[in-house]
Amino acid sequence: MSGAIALSPAVESFLSRAHDGEARSLLQRQGLPQRRLEAWRYTPLRDLDKTGFAAPQSVSDEEAEALVARLAPEAQDGHRVVFVNGTLIAALTDLPETVRVVPVAVPLLADRPLSVLNSAVQQPGFGIRVAAGVDAGKIALVSLVTGDEPASTHLAHQVTLEEKARLTLLDIQSGEGTYLANPSLTVSVAQEAHLVHLRVQQDSVEATNLAFVSAEIAEHGIYDSFTLTLGARLSRHEVLAQLDGKHGAVHVNAAQLLGGAQHADLTSVITHAAPDCISRQTVKNVLMDGAHGVFQGKIFVDRIAQKTDGYQMNQALLLSEKAQIDSKPELEIYADDVKCSHGATVGALDDEQLFYLRARGIPQAEARAILVRAFLLDALALVTDEAAYALLDQRVEAWWQKREA
Amino acid sequence: MPAVTETREAVETLGQSTYKWGFETDIEMDFAPKGLSEDTIRFISARKQEPEWMLDWRLQAFRAWQAMEEPSWQKPEYPAIDYQDAFYFAEPKNKPGPKSLDEVDPELLRTYEKLGIPLHEQAILAGVEGAGDVEARLPVAVDAVFDSVSVVTTFRKTLEEAGVIFCPISDAIREHPELVKRYLGSVVPVSDNFFAALNSAVFTDGSFVYVPEGVRCPMELSTYFRINARNTGQFERTLIICEDRATVSYLEGCTAPMRDENQLHAAVVELVAMNDAKIKYSTVQNWYPGDENGKGGIYNFVTKRGACRGRNAKISWTQVETGSAITWKYPSCILAGEGSVGEFYSVAVTNNRQQADTGTKMIHLAPNTRSTIIAKTISAGRSDSTYRGLVRMMPKARGARNFTQCDSLLIGDQCGAHTVPYIENRNMTARVEHEATTSKISEDQLFYCRSRGLSEEDAVGLIVNGFCKDVLKELPMEFAVEAQKLLQLSLEGSVG
Repeated sequence: MSGAIALSPAVESFLSRAHDGEARSLLQRQGLPQRRLEAWRYTPLRDLDKTGFAAPQSVSDEEAEALVARLAPEAQDGHRVVFVNGTLIAALTDLPETVRVVPVAVPLLADRPLSVLNSAVQQPGFGIRVAAGVDAGKIALVSLVTGDEPASTHLAHQVTLEEKARLTLLDIQSGEGTYLANPSLTVSVAQEAHLVHLRVQQDSVEATNLAFVSAEIAEHGIYDSFTLTLGARLSRHEVLAQLDGKHGAVHVNAAQLLGGAQHADLTSVITHAAPDCISRQTVKNVLMDGAHGVFQGKIFVDRIAQKTDGYQMNQALLLSEKAQIDSKPELEIYADDVKCSHGATVGALDDEQLFYLRARGIPQAEARAILVRAFLLDALALVTDEAAYALLDQRVEAWWQKREA
Repeated sequence: MPAVTETREAVETLGQSTYKWGFETDIEMDFAPKGLSEDTIRFISARKQEPEWMLDWRLQAFRAWQAMEEPSWQKPEYPAIDYQDAFYFAEPKNKPGPKSLDEVDPELLRTYEKLGIPLHEQAILAGVEGAGDVEARLPVAVDAVFDSVSVVTTFRKTLEEAGVIFCPISDAIREHPELVKRYLGSVVPVSDNFFAALNSAVFTDGSFVYVPEGVRCPMELSTYFRINARNTGQFERTLIICEDRATVSYLEGCTAPMRDENQLHAAVVELVAMNDAKIKYSTVQNWYPGDENGKGGIYNFVTKRGACRGRNAKISWTQVETGSAITWKYPSCILAGEGSVGEFYSVAVTNNRQQADTGTKMIHLAPNTRSTIIAKTISAGRSDSTYRGLVRMMPKARGARNFTQCDSLLIGDQCGAHTVPYIENRNMTARVEHEATTSKISEDQLFYCRSRGLSEEDAVGLIVNGFCKDVLKELPMEFAVEAQKLLQLSLEGSVG
C-alpha cells in the first residue's frame, strides 16, 4: 500500500482524545481492524468506522444511582465499583477492606487492535490487588453508559490476585442509547489463586461493545470465566489467557443470545505455556431473527506444555431462516503428549425433540423454550456460584420472555 | 501413480532412508527462455500450436496474475519465489509420437520402469491375465506428464470405443475446442487466486477427460506427473467432465527427482459433474520432500476444485500426501446441484522439515446437499502440518448436512499439528458437525505391538495405518497398498 490512508471519522474522533505514545501512533497508522485481518474476517467494523465518538458527559450521583437501579439491579447492594460514562462514581462504590486499590498499569499488546484502541484513549478503571491468602468474596464491577450523543468509553481495569487469594468478579456492562464501550481487563492470577469472572453484557441494541481481556495464570492458579452476551448491536469479547505455571486451569465459557440484527463475536486464544494445565471452553449461541454469531477459539500448546488437557465445544442453535453463525475452533499444537479436542455443531431445533414434547401436551412455544433452555444449560451449569447462576438464569429468562412475547 | 506390484518392488529394493525416486533422467530438453513475460506465454502457446482464443485466454490470466499479490495468510513459511528465475516450459527433445510407444525415448521409458508405471500396455494386460503370483488387476489408462509435456497416453483406442475422451489437454485444445472453451476456467476462473492465475497463463500440459452421458468409464484413468529438469516449474492443468449419469475414477500420482533448489508445482484441477454423475479423484503425492534440513523439495501449491452442477452429482476427493517440502492445497466441492454430494478423505504425513497446509472447502449452495470430511494428519520430525477446512451453508441449502472429523497424530516433540476449521452456516435447517482430536501414539498400543515381537518402526507403521484406515479404504485397491507403503517410508527415522 502506498500513500496515507484516509482516517475514518471514528479513528479521527479517537485520535483527538488519544494520549501520546505508541498506542496512538499504531491507531493512526492501522485504523480499526478490517476484514483482511484473519482475526477480524467475520466481524467487520465498517459501520463503526463511520461514526465519530465524543468523550462522554459526566452524570450526577443521583442520575447514576437511578441508572444502576434500572440497568444493574443485581448490584444495588453488596461490594461494588460503579462507573458511569467512563467515570468512577465514588458515592456508589463500596469495596471490601481486604482488597487494596492500586493504580492501573496495563501493557499495550501491539498486535491486538482492541488493546491498541483501549490503550490509546485509555480511561483509568478499576485497579485492585487481593493480598496472599485473602478471600475477597464477591465484587460487582458495573460499567454503564448513557447520553444523547454517540460517546465512547475506554476503561482499563486490572485485577491482581496474590498467592492463594480468591475473588469473584461480577462484571456487568449495560447502557442506553448509541455509544461504544471498549473496556479492557488485565488479570494476573498467582500461585493457587482463584478468580471467577462472570460477565454480563447487556448493552443497548444501538451500542457497540469491544471488550478485551488478557489473563496470566501461575502454577495451580485458576481463571474461571463465563460471559453472557445479550446486548449491543455489534460486540466482540476477546480473551487472551496464558497458562504460565504447571497445573493451572482456564475456563472461557460463554453463551450468546442474539436477535434482531445483532452481531456478537467471542474470540479467545488460550496459550498453554506450561505443562500439566487444563483449559475448558463451552460456548453456546442461540440466534434468532437476522442475528449473526461468531466464535473463534484457539488453543495454542507450546512445546514445553506436555500433558496438556484442552477441550473446546462450540454449538449454535439457529432459530430463524436469516440467522447465521461463523465458527472457527482452532488447535495449534507443538507438544506431542497432549489431549486436545474440539467439537462444533450447528443446526436448528430438533424436530423429533419438539414432537416428543408436543405429543405430551406441551404447547409449541413452551416446548421451544424448554429445548432452548436445555441447550443453554450445558454452558450455564458451569457457573458454580449459586447467586451468580441465579442472576444469569434470570437474565436469560427475561431475554427469552421478551423475544417470545 | 497406481500401486502396481512393480512399484512396491521398486520401493522395497531401492535403498532405505533416502528418497526412493531421486534419480534424474538424462534426456535432452528443449527449454523456453528463462523468466516470465508475455513473450514466454506466446512462446508456449506457439510451441503447442494453440488457437488464437487460447493465447488470449492465457494472456488474460497473465495480466490478472500481474495485478495480484502473492498470498501470505497461510501457515507454511518459505523464502520468496523469484518467478523470473525459472523455466516455464521444458520439453523432452525427441518428442515422441503420441500414438506409438516405440517412438518414446528409451531413457524416458526406463524412468517409468524404475517408477513402476505400467506404461506398456502389454505389461498391463499381462497383469490382468496373469494368475498365480501376480495380482489380478483392472487395466489402467495412463497419461504421463514428464516435466511440462504429456508424453504418452495409453489405451486411447479402448477408451474411444466407449466414447470416453482421455488425452493430453494440449490435444484437447486442438481437437475438442468447443468442450475446452466451455469448461476450462469455469470451475477455477483465471483470476481465482495467485497460483491458479499463474497456472492459467503458463500451463503446458495435463490431462483432459470427457465422459459422455450414461457412460461408465471402462477403466481407471491415471495421470502420472514427474518433475525432472532443473529449475522448471510444473504447471499442469487437468479438466474432467462427466455428463449425466456418467462415472469415472481418476488417479493421480506424482514424483520428482532429488534437487537442491526448490521446484514450484502449481497445478489446477477442475472437475465438472452433471446430473447423477460421479467423479472419484484419488491422489498419491510423494514429490521430493527435501532432505532432513529441508533443503530442496517441491513446493506443491495446487488449486483443485470440483463443481457438482447436476442433481445428485457426486465428487469424491481422496488424497494421500506424503511428499513435497510444502503442500498447500484444498481440494474443494461446490455443491450446486440439489442432493449433490461432496467427499474429502485425506491423509497428510509430514516428516523432517516438511510443511503441509491442506484441507478442503465444501460450499453447499443447493438443498439437501451432503458432505463428509475425514482428515488424518500425522506430524513427525520437525515438521508442521495443518488441516484447514471450510464448510459453508448458503441460504438456499435447506436440509444440507456436513460431517467433519479431523484427527492429528504427533510423533516426537519437535513437530506441530494444527486444526483450523471454518464453519459458516446461513441456513437454520442445515446441520454441521465437526470433531477434532490431537494425540500421540499411545504407550499402550506401542507396548502391545512390541510385546508381540514387532520392531518399534513396524509397530508405529501398524498404528499409523490403523489411524488412517478410514481414508485408505476409500482409495482404489492398488493405490491403497502403495499408500500404506508410502506412509511407512515417510515416517522412517521418526521413531527410536
